[in-house]
Amino acid sequence: MKYVDEFRQRALADKLAAAIAQEANSTREPREYRLMEFCGGHTHAIFRYGIQDLMPANLSFVHGPGCPVCVLPMGRIDSAIKLAVEDDVVLCIYGDLLRVPGSGRTSLMKVKASGGDVRMVYSTSDALAIARDNPDREVVFFAIGFETTTPATAVAIRQAEAESLRNFSVFCNHVLTPAAIQNILESPEVREIGAVRIDGFFGPSHVSSVIGSCPYEFFAEEYQKPVVIAGFEPLDVMQSALMLVRQINEGRHEVENQYTRVVTRDGNVKAQRLVAGVFELRREFEWRGLGRVPYSALRIKPAYSAFDAERRFVVPDKAAKDVKGCECPSILRGAAKPTDCKLFGNVCTPDNPMGSCMVSSEGACAAYYSYGRFRQPGSATEAAA
Amino acid sequence: MNAVAKRFPLRLDVRKGFVDMSHGGGGRAMAQLIEELFLKHLDNPCLRQGNDQASFDVGAGRMVMSVDGHVISPLFFPGGDIGSLAVHGTVNDVAMSGARPMHLSAGFIIEEGFPLADLERIVASMAGAAADAGVAVVAGDTKVVERGKGDGVFITTTGLGAVPAGVEISGDRAAPGDAILLSGSLGDHGVAIMSSRENLSFETRIESDSAALHGLVADLIAAVDGIHCLRDPTRGGLATTLNEIAAQSGVGMRLREDDIPVKPAVNAACELLGLDPLYVANEGKLVCICAAADADEALAAMQRHPLGRDAAIVGEVVEDPDGFVQMQTGFGGSRVLDWLSGEQLPRIC
Repeated sequence: MKYVDEFRQRALADKLAAAIAQEANSTREPREYRLMEFCGGHTHAIFRYGIQDLMPANLSFVHGPGCPVCVLPMGRIDSAIKLAVEDDVVLCIYGDLLRVPGSGRTSLMKVKASGGDVRMVYSTSDALAIARDNPDREVVFFAIGFETTTPATAVAIRQAEAESLRNFSVFCNHVLTPAAIQNILESPEVREIGAVRIDGFFGPSHVSSVIGSCPYEFFAEEYQKPVVIAGFEPLDVMQSALMLVRQINEGRHEVENQYTRVVTRDGNVKAQRLVAGVFELRREFEWRGLGRVPYSALRIKPAYSAFDAERRFVVPDKAAKDVKGCECPSILRGAAKPTDCKLFGNVCTPDNPMGSCMVSSEGACAAYYSYGRFRQPGSATEAAA
Repeated sequence: MNAVAKRFPLRLDVRKGFVDMSHGGGGRAMAQLIEELFLKHLDNPCLRQGNDQASFDVGAGRMVMSVDGHVISPLFFPGGDIGSLAVHGTVNDVAMSGARPMHLSAGFIIEEGFPLADLERIVASMAGAAADAGVAVVAGDTKVVERGKGDGVFITTTGLGAVPAGVEISGDRAAPGDAILLSGSLGDHGVAIMSSRENLSFETRIESDSAALHGLVADLIAAVDGIHCLRDPTRGGLATTLNEIAAQSGVGMRLREDDIPVKPAVNAACELLGLDPLYVANEGKLVCICAAADADEALAAMQRHPLGRDAAIVGEVVEDPDGFVQMQTGFGGSRVLDWLSGEQLPRIC
């Protein structure tokens, strides 16, 4: 644990907190700092360690769309349910997906309870093993995630081909980070109306270990927003906050890399090649909250079509309507806070999620609910503060 | 269990044999299984009477009763097995009222084809755990279900215990100002089970903490008059247990993360699996809530007992109409410890 504890030291946190407070209050005119963390991993760290408590009052975190479960549109869950129920496949999924609501109050957990063969796996190799053990069944792996998880899916497809595993296929939902960040920066709320002010970005950590820091250089330049690639440990987040505040105060908008112990400018070239060999860009893909975003997701190349569940089965590409009143779309764009949603904490809780942001521990609503609810207006703790 | 004194022409093949449907059928095969396997290990005068019910005298005063079904997978795990766990789980539920556990019953649901050797290992382990805890298994039941309709063996145990005069321990007695004590490090059981699951291959030397806690409880009661609440943080871990008590008592709680003992290996495994040790199951730990003035004495009493060596005062009960369990993080911030939502790990006990 030594390698982890070093990044959670209280004494260093106190020093960083003091430095951030000093930097954030050093401008001639008082100002606010609104920093968006793109990744759910950062959101989780901020809440789990109570980092907001250590920040000056004029610095706030804006939670971004970087939680793969949260941005998955309901239609894709409906498609997966169709595969499990109508096509009778063995559907292999990561545990996070079980409770994500589909249309009409269904979920894969409910499908599993009513007899669908939905199995929770921890890795793509678990899914391959299930395919090997059940040669008479069609086995579909529900692939989800940003650039971090894509290489593992590519390896699984190559492995299935090498073994001639004819009953294995992948339902591909891999999405791309840069396209999403650009979409947020282009959104009218940010660009035209100025309703959502974002002064800088915490860049993704694990995603960047694969794609490198280079792809963010365009945003920093084009939109004049500083980006700091930040690690997921609490001290990483704090140090990156300090770097962002400094850039803002100095009028710089560069890509800086706080997470140098993992991320390089070019990233993991081998993994990038592997992904490029198996996947190609989709013309567009629906993101919950962002709508249809051009060139923002991957699909399996025709050369591997035998392993593409969307070619092997009839998978309808239907948009599904979110639950009425659910603010997930605005929350994912940073335009609303979880507590702005009428459903939050009333009908929508982690046990009974109505929207996807309440499902994954990386979702902003789940983080607010599970870790930060005592700060809500009206709570006794809030009143005492 | 109907013990039949008759001899059987061929002995039960506990080395190579399997449980079949006739072992639950109520006939001669079942009688032989009881005689040559269950009674052999769990023998006591009450059970040997061979009646459909156990009969015993009760003293004056208050009794408590608790029931616990055990469906753990795998059946054998580092630090224990379903047999010892079925004793510890129920003994602990009885003991958390301050009672001295006295009698247990055990209901077995066994899947057709289950190896008799494994069954004997489980029953022997159960007998050992019961003897160590000073309780007798006085009534039992055996049912067999068809292959594929169960998963090896499920065991339900019921426990009876007597509460000493003057002891009033209940989850609704936590009061603002009370101290919250924990008897030892968190998460050992859950991590031990996870490490032995087929699809989660990682190696650790962590063993389950499965243990009977009534001795520790007796020492605590002897040392401190006014213990308010006791509870063992099993499924859902410490966080869920404290939320239960907070809701029952209508109070809030504040913990200090730095004071909560967690073994480095457990922390590392949780880090790897993305789990929070505060939500991972324990089977040999207890939470004690008592007046702040009694806290040091309670802590000393715990630390004198082998099962409470690593005990610590981890927080206090506060007034909070919202009933939040909050924690000062080791990092200096604060957060809510909410109820566990969904299921962290199925079939942990």
